Amino acid sequence: MNALITTAVFGIVLMFVGLFVKNKQQIKYFAIAGTILAFIANWYDGTLAGGSTVLLHGMVEVSRFSVLFNGVAIASTFLYFLLCGSAFERVGEDVADYFALVFFILSGIMLSGSFSNMLMLFLAIEIISIPQYILAGADKKNLKSNEASLKYFLTGSFTTGILLMGIALLYGATGTFNIREMGLGAGDLSPLALCGIILLAFALAFKVSAAPFHFWTPDVYDGSPTVFTAFMATVVKAASFIAFMRLFYVSFTGGSLTHHWQLIIALITAATLLIGNFTAVFQQSVKRMLAYSSIAQAGFMLFAIVSDNEMATQGMILYAAAYSVATIGVFAVLLKMKDYTFDGYNGLARKEPLLALVTTIFLLSLAGIPLTAGFFAKYFVLSAAVQAGGLLWLVILGVLCAAISAYYYFRVIMAMYFKTGDAETLPITGGFKAALLLAAAIVITLGVFPGLLLQFL
Amino acid sequence: MLTVLLILIPLITGLITFGLKGPGAKVFSLLSSLATLAVAAVAWTQFQSSPDSLQFTADWIPQLNSQFKVGLDGLSLMLVLLTTISFPLIFITVFSRSYDRAGSFYGLMLLSQAGLLGVFLAYDALLFYFFWELALIPVYFLCSMWGGERAVPVTFKFFVYTFAGSLLMLVGIIYIYFQTEGSFSWQSFTSLSLSNGEQSWLFWLFFVAFAIKMPVFPFHTWQPDTYEQSPTPVTMVLSGVMVKMGLFGVMRWLVPVLPQGVYMWQEAAIVLSVIGIIYASCIAIMQSDLKKLIAYSSIAHIGLMSAAIFANNEQSLAGVQVQMFNHGINIIGLWIIVEVIEQRLKVKNMGELGGIATYAPRLAILLVIVSLANIALPLTNGFIGEFLMFSGLFQYNPWFAAIAGIAVILAAVYMLRMLQKVLFGEANALTATTTDLKSGEMLAMACIVAVIFVLGVYPKPLLDLAAGIGLQDAVAAVITR
Repeated sequence: MNALITTAVFGIVLMFVGLFVKNKQQIKYFAIAGTILAFIANWYDGTLAGGSTVLLHGMVEVSRFSVLFNGVAIASTFLYFLLCGSAFERVGEDVADYFALVFFILSGIMLSGSFSNMLMLFLAIEIISIPQYILAGADKKNLKSNEASLKYFLTGSFTTGILLMGIALLYGATGTFNIREMGLGAGDLSPLALCGIILLAFALAFKVSAAPFHFWTPDVYDGSPTVFTAFMATVVKAASFIAFMRLFYVSFTGGSLTHHWQLIIALITAATLLIGNFTAVFQQSVKRMLAYSSIAQAGFMLFAIVSDNEMATQGMILYAAAYSVATIGVFAVLLKMKDYTFDGYNGLARKEPLLALVTTIFLLSLAGIPLTAGFFAKYFVLSAAVQAGGLLWLVILGVLCAAISAYYYFRVIMAMYFKTGDAETLPITGGFKAALLLAAAIVITLGVFPGLLLQFL
Repeated sequence: MLTVLLILIPLITGLITFGLKGPGAKVFSLLSSLATLAVAAVAWTQFQSSPDSLQFTADWIPQLNSQFKVGLDGLSLMLVLLTTISFPLIFITVFSRSYDRAGSFYGLMLLSQAGLLGVFLAYDALLFYFFWELALIPVYFLCSMWGGERAVPVTFKFFVYTFAGSLLMLVGIIYIYFQTEGSFSWQSFTSLSLSNGEQSWLFWLFFVAFAIKMPVFPFHTWQPDTYEQSPTPVTMVLSGVMVKMGLFGVMRWLVPVLPQGVYMWQEAAIVLSVIGIIYASCIAIMQSDLKKLIAYSSIAHIGLMSAAIFANNEQSLAGVQVQMFNHGINIIGLWIIVEVIEQRLKVKNMGELGGIATYAPRLAILLVIVSLANIALPLTNGFIGEFLMFSGLFQYNPWFAAIAGIAVILAAVYMLRMLQKVLFGEANALTATTTDLKSGEMLAMACIVAVIFVLGVYPKPLLDLAAGIGLQDAVAAVITR
């Protein structure tokens, strides 16, 4: 709760700070301080929670899981500000507002792991979404940015309708909004409730950009200012997954209930893996490749949803951390490049060896190579699916897609190391390099000792 | 603790080497590889007195109940010795060369050594997988950065092949992990009894991963190009040591863990291996490219070893182990000579060579010796292993032994023809300029030739290692079931 309040209040404070402080560097430091403050508040929540605490008349439930994910999200945002914060001022004038919007998103994220009422789920999803519509269109004079914003807004509000309809149907079937009191497990499932579950699954699949609800993703991610894509594709996506997971793991689980939706989610997973990976192969721009790669990675995170067991919970946390840190890192380097195509990376290893090295570590992590966090993330979610039983076909499809993903990630590595060229970058500061090294160190540490993170669960 | 040192020395020195420049990196990595060799030698003596002291276990990922569990038995000791002997030899051979970005080159070499040793020492399935991939990544960068002009796409093909294969193996590992009630240790894997149906399909998940690495027909297509395009020191690592990962994987993990699976599919695996032997030998005869010839001859030899493993009796398994070591030594010897010829004359096509024996007699004699060892002539180290493998294969099915036996004749054909074309005949303007071996190359070749003759005449130390292996239990398990 404290983390939620801190982030929301800090967002408002930041808007006022924008009025008085004109130095953009200072605003950035202020925002970074905000994430540290939120982290401490979240830590405090964790010490209070112990097991789990229900707050606000059963609206919110703070548990170890939600505290841990909030910690991961805040830490990722901290890294994001550190690495990409300076790029905010390249988008437009209202830097403080952008930071404030990110904080509002963050306060929605704080709810995504801890809601215990479907109304709070709706609020969490909307609080996350609305600032994103604004951020997507932040580059006001750029047509592509406008298009991204409009597209995102239209499809997003459409999905909100579906989400609400799902909630309404479930309320009709069970008479409660509380996710713990629906009691769907006992007896036969009414058609009303089943429709509700399916509608919710579709709406949430849209939010996590799973196929066939992914069509907005490439255009929105490509059209939005790159610096905001970095946030939308990482922390926000992970938060949507956490909400997805929490709802389905608490309300729609147990007995035969899982079987009602498992096959549908499994098919969505398969489609997401195939579409994400195969389309990413054909991209010419690294930014667009990362957009499709985020769809492909969503396919792997869906393994955690479909498995419906304890191991999947661990896998989701690990995946959220591994994927967010690595992708933020890749985007941070992308933001420093003058040319966003693969060819723009040619010869980066000779010019900026450190940038090339850390990018390689991040990409290896995304491909799931051992010694990086991405390996254990994939390991846990795939294991969870094997443990669930009956999903072995999906697991084999998953690993084959992981092999395909190596193709497009390694294209960047090949360009950096094995091709000659003059990769032009913006000026790179020592602080930026240090932050990149910090992110790479996190990726490798979690890649050798994933227990360091999971011990908090 | 010794066992951990074997992995730690190359790992840590490898990371340090990245920061070193030119000659420093060279000397430092040579010293590091010698230190690892010394540790391996100490481990060998300890193995004879108290083998239990070589086991080491520490917690790694408590949430998964995965442990950092390493240990040495005869099989892994043999491969550890091969690895630790190979790396100093390779470093000595290329000592006079200077590589662009030497720090990274030697650093990556040492990291791949750490990965290889980890694979051979791991007794925890997840740790095994971890090192299995870890050995691959440095080699990918080595081949792509210092390889020939087509190296980048060729190496990538190699990478994707092995990566896809090992991911399938990972699925198999995960599946078995859940059957053991959550343990990755080799002991719990082997003491598990899975149903026939499960073993049947799990066999293929593991077999494909290992078959790609070995490589066994029809998974071999990455190999000739990769060998040809890689810088020669890396080719030596690949062909001398890294392909043994596949064979080792079959012996350590596939046969003991899935004995019925092996029993069900052994014939299929042997057929594939035998096809590979004949097919690769025929292509080798037609080759005019020196490096590709050796690459294909390597496929044929590995095919025989793979067939012998799946024949799965005491003699064939002992033969495979002895041969794994000897093949590694011999093929490194061959590559050293090829490297010398290629460096001096800048040609790989045998049609353009000839008459080198007159101008470089020492090179000629040594090439003849390693070639004969490669054909497994008696008195060379290749003989005993090949004899054991054939007699084991014969016990399994005389026909397979007979067909695979043709490969011995074919091997003589292509190796002797290679000698004839390269060493003898008329010298041309180019080959007349050949200079003989230099001191570093001589030193490495002298070691190899010494090993060839000593083990050819007195193979007992190797056979003792091969005999003292827990594998017999696994074989017994197959027979009794």
